[in-house]
Amino acid sequence: MSVQDVDRPLMIGNRSFQSRLLVGTGKYRDYDETAAAIEASEAEIVTFAVRRTTLGQSADGPGLLDIISPERYTLLPNTAGCYTAKDAVRTCHLARELLDGHNLVKLEVLGDSETLYPNVVETLKAADELLSHGFEVMVYTSDDPIVAKELERRGCAAVMPLGSLIGSGHGLQNPYNLRLIAEQAEVPVLVDAGIGTASDAAMAMELGYDAVLVNSAIAHARQPVLMGQAMKQAVTAGRNAYLAGRMPRRQSADPSSPFAGRIND
Amino acid sequence: MQIQLNGETTSLDGNPTIRDLVESLDLTRRRIAVEVNEEIVPRSQHSAKALADGDRVEIVHAIGGG
Repeated sequence: MSVQDVDRPLMIGNRSFQSRLLVGTGKYRDYDETAAAIEASEAEIVTFAVRRTTLGQSADGPGLLDIISPERYTLLPNTAGCYTAKDAVRTCHLARELLDGHNLVKLEVLGDSETLYPNVVETLKAADELLSHGFEVMVYTSDDPIVAKELERRGCAAVMPLGSLIGSGHGLQNPYNLRLIAEQAEVPVLVDAGIGTASDAAMAMELGYDAVLVNSAIAHARQPVLMGQAMKQAVTAGRNAYLAGRMPRRQSADPSSPFAGRIND
Repeated sequence: MQIQLNGETTSLDGNPTIRDLVESLDLTRRRIAVEVNEEIVPRSQHSAKALADGDRVEIVHAIGGG
């Protein structure tokens, strides 16, 4: 029995994906490194930010969407940097225009610039409005199981709690809450922030997450391309371990080699 | 006339359209999105939509982010 027989593709709305690793495009040294690391990660969904064009500068040279093309990748514009529902909704409308009507967005509404912790009140408001305008919303939120369920109930396509603060690399700080969220979810759940290294990504998948979203851990690794590959392997390993089902923990030792037939018997 | 362009006060001659503004900024070959007074102006309407004094114009593009 091959792994393909066991697992299903990741479904976000009616889109299906083989990869369960989503990656961001921030913090890379340059576009070459961005492209190479994402290639190595084999991610199919790639996030980006929407920002004012810099005026008065030459428009020569490639833009991000020339490197990460909408033909090859499923692009996921984010609302990073928005502190109100209104700004987040405006940003999503701009992103939809930018991508010729593409409806899938990553909603994040932040509470303050120190923690970048999600403001769930504004997030709920923004989610309602975006859903009423026909967006498919993958939503960044806290690790509160009640809020996660509420976002699902309102119609979000995926719920994405933080493992720890954005860009902190502190891994999964509350695996118990994260497990509760995964266990009760009826839409895909992703760990969206805080992944610091491959084992964090594997742990998220072992907890039952459908996918993880990683940016800083790849972009700020000493060798981003190698870390992109490591994350791919970790997500696959964690997913397979989850599907395989871990052995029960025991209080005492249990020899792997049989006692019978020992030469000192 | 004067508009707010990406948050900066900008003077424009004549009665330019969005298309004229985008051309003057050398952004025609770029993948951009334009909002005027917090309403999206679809690409198909850039040539038809004339700017007015006091308009708040945002021109955005995609950049790296997570």
